[in-house]
Amino acid sequence: MSTQSSRAAARLMLSPTVILLLIWMIVPLAMTLWFSFQRYNLLYPERSGWNDFANYTRFVASPAFMSAIANTLILVVGVLVITIVLGILIALLIDQPLWGQGAVRILTISPFFIMPPVAALIWKNMFMNPTNGLFAEASKFLGLSPYDFLGQAPLASIILIVAWQWLPFATLILLTALQSLSSEELEAAEMDGAPAIKRFWYIMLPHLARSITVVVLIQTIFLLGIFGEILVTTNGGPGTASTTLPYLIYKEALLDFDVGTAAAGGVVAVVLANIVAFFAMRAIGKNLEG
Amino acid sequence: MARHVTTRRKAINTAAAWSVAILLFFPILWTILTSFKPEAQAVASPPIFLGFDWTLQNYIDVNDQRDYFRFFWNSVIIAVGSTVLGLVIAIPAAWSMAFVPGRKTKDLLMWMLSTKMMPAVGVLVPIYLIFKTLGLLDSRIGLVIVLTLMNLPIIVWMLYTYFKEIPGEILEAARMDGASLASEILYVLTPMAIPGIASTLLLNIILAWNESFWTLNLTVSNAAPLTKFIASFSSPQGLFYAKLSAASTMAILPILVLGWFSQKQLVRGLTFGAVK
Repeated sequence: MSTQSSRAAARLMLSPTVILLLIWMIVPLAMTLWFSFQRYNLLYPERSGWNDFANYTRFVASPAFMSAIANTLILVVGVLVITIVLGILIALLIDQPLWGQGAVRILTISPFFIMPPVAALIWKNMFMNPTNGLFAEASKFLGLSPYDFLGQAPLASIILIVAWQWLPFATLILLTALQSLSSEELEAAEMDGAPAIKRFWYIMLPHLARSITVVVLIQTIFLLGIFGEILVTTNGGPGTASTTLPYLIYKEALLDFDVGTAAAGGVVAVVLANIVAFFAMRAIGKNLEG
Repeated sequence: MARHVTTRRKAINTAAAWSVAILLFFPILWTILTSFKPEAQAVASPPIFLGFDWTLQNYIDVNDQRDYFRFFWNSVIIAVGSTVLGLVIAIPAAWSMAFVPGRKTKDLLMWMLSTKMMPAVGVLVPIYLIFKTLGLLDSRIGLVIVLTLMNLPIIVWMLYTYFKEIPGEILEAARMDGASLASEILYVLTPMAIPGIASTLLLNIILAWNESFWTLNLTVSNAAPLTKFIASFSSPQGLFYAKLSAASTMAILPILVLGWFSQKQLVRGLTFGAVK
């Protein structure tokens, strides 16, 4: 099929995508890199010029930086653990014979389609609010004093909100993988008297390995950029208790107008993401071979 | 699974699964219920589940006072615009990689996906400044451009996955029967490609509709879509639970329904066919 002319046509058809993505990647990255070495504050335009590594040292030395890195990692890992463990359990449950499986599936997957600011505000106002949220009402009903979720445990609360949004995705992917498992293998194991735990550990879990990898990869890409949920719930606070790397850079750039420092932060974020991406791409590549 | 289970076992499974499903769905249900409550009953203690005075007043208020449809319309234009533009650019690319693969095709695909790994926040500053210079801040065109570029790798990958599944033998058979190139494309390939293109369209509208990093940072009010509109309720003076619920319900319902219809394709589309 691939003659000389068809190959030339293919190259022509490919070029718009390739050129656009090259521009999209190189131009802003080059600018970020350039700004990161400049003294550049929109509030003080007269103070400009080459700044060596001052932006980096300031960004990295600020107390907010270490907590932002830690919070970002805790958020990503926390949500991954919750969604994968619960996702496997729920997928196993839904995969059992039951009435109304289609409806159960639809209800379970729903949170995935809720836009982040809506999800965050539902939880903030109607569930976690310490005066009239449903959790506070439940505590009062039980005779306990209400807990201020976003004030006392901001990061854990945000993890809960984000996990609620991503649990459906993990469940759906894992359920799909479970349903492709041949029942003969399971039945044979059952005949041989293997207990449920062993059947899960030695047959189901290895079968799920590939889909778990995919869930980890895709969720990591999206979770590293979590922003809207934090903006409408805690604004990164109290203090820096729920500030993540994206939020910190947003704050430097659009609230403090310190372009130079924000750009240095952007470079740090890109480097970190590339470390994650290196492992991610290798795993995807391996998965596609099979 | 064809295994035999007792009715008792099935009843227990059903009860457990429905409990989990309703628990996960409850926040959405509660929002929809709250949207029909008078503001005073929305914050009543103890909470009122169904025995409140049902009203449509919140919907009317949100539309009248808050100019809701401008934001809704912005969301539609940005989500549909960026998806369609992305498809126009990506279809030829995915097509050529699926049917005329070269030695470098796989590397090229990987590189495209890797641009998705670039964190948006890493390029926020330059994009913001470029948009400021070009007057694209708070404009629909600006957002369409950014979301198109952001989702382009995903669109290419999804289409590639779907196109790859079109068997090449069918093409050869049509050619044997003496079909011309035009009729080949029109009668053989297009009908087989349309389901994949439709799924890609649907999934990307969902992604673009809910995208909030760029919409929150690049818009103020003119081009602000629903994500920005809802986020504006987070300020203290905007804490009207019933009205916020009405606005939220209108913002999520269209996409929720689209999502229910596309849940099967979602697995294939978002995992690039790696999970079956």
